[in-house]
Amino acid sequence: MTQRTYAGIAVDVNDEGYFTQSSVWTPEIAKAVATEEGIDLTDRHIAVLNFIREKTAKGEALSLRSIGKSGIVDAKQFYELFPGAPLKKASRIAGIAKPSSCV
Amino acid sequence: MNKKVEHPIRKVMIICAKANLEDVYAALVMANGAVMEGIEAKVFFTFFGLDAITKKRMKNLHTATVGNPGMRMPNGMAFPTLLGAMPGVEAGVSAMMRSQMDKLDIPPVDEFLDLITAGGGEIYACKLAVEMFKLKKEDFTEHVKDIITIGQFYELAAGEGTQIIFT
Repeated sequence: MTQRTYAGIAVDVNDEGYFTQSSVWTPEIAKAVATEEGIDLTDRHIAVLNFIREKTAKGEALSLRSIGKSGIVDAKQFYELFPGAPLKKASRIAGIAKPSSCV
Repeated sequence: MNKKVEHPIRKVMIICAKANLEDVYAALVMANGAVMEGIEAKVFFTFFGLDAITKKRMKNLHTATVGNPGMRMPNGMAFPTLLGAMPGVEAGVSAMMRSQMDKLDIPPVDEFLDLITAGGGEIYACKLAVEMFKLKKEDFTEHVKDIITIGQFYELAAGEGTQIIFT
């Protein structure tokens, strides 16, 4: 486990850069993580991140499909917001564990 | 000095030649999984696999209840071949499988194709099989990018870090 500083706050992360404690997360921290991923966070991004965090807090499995049906973005817009590997990138920026979903 | 050299997969070319629910889903899950990881994915449907992208058939794919040794009764007992042969049983079992998959957030075929293409994945139909089954472009779902020859398929496969997968 290592520590990284985002927005002036020290955060524990695992080897792959995912937060080990999601409670430390703030939108400011998210902005700093997003910059690392090459993403400039907008309100739209934050809305998706909040959805992901709420769903995870409820213990529900996260899938690309569920985000596409969130009413915030569809799957295509999700890919556009977090290009490349959207579910992984969004999870890291949302300060939650690496997703374990296959769909 | 040994330096670890990584060879990430950059592109997967997936071939689906069967219409069984499980074979089609194997191809779709792999394609979608690749796109989700940022890996380029192209799926080539051929022979009976064309059912998965044919508008009239894609929503009603079946799993075989006869000649399928993996088929079990809900209690784990062997599935009697004669039962599997009875009218309606294959349709019923297939519908049950589809509903089980839906519970796991595995989408129906058309929605799965939506997800794959949303992420930049591409869907192709095999020209030879299309001619053999006397199908036309308009018989296919709008997800199909093109009807291509096997030669074009290999052209699309070109590049470093490509894997060709036959489900």
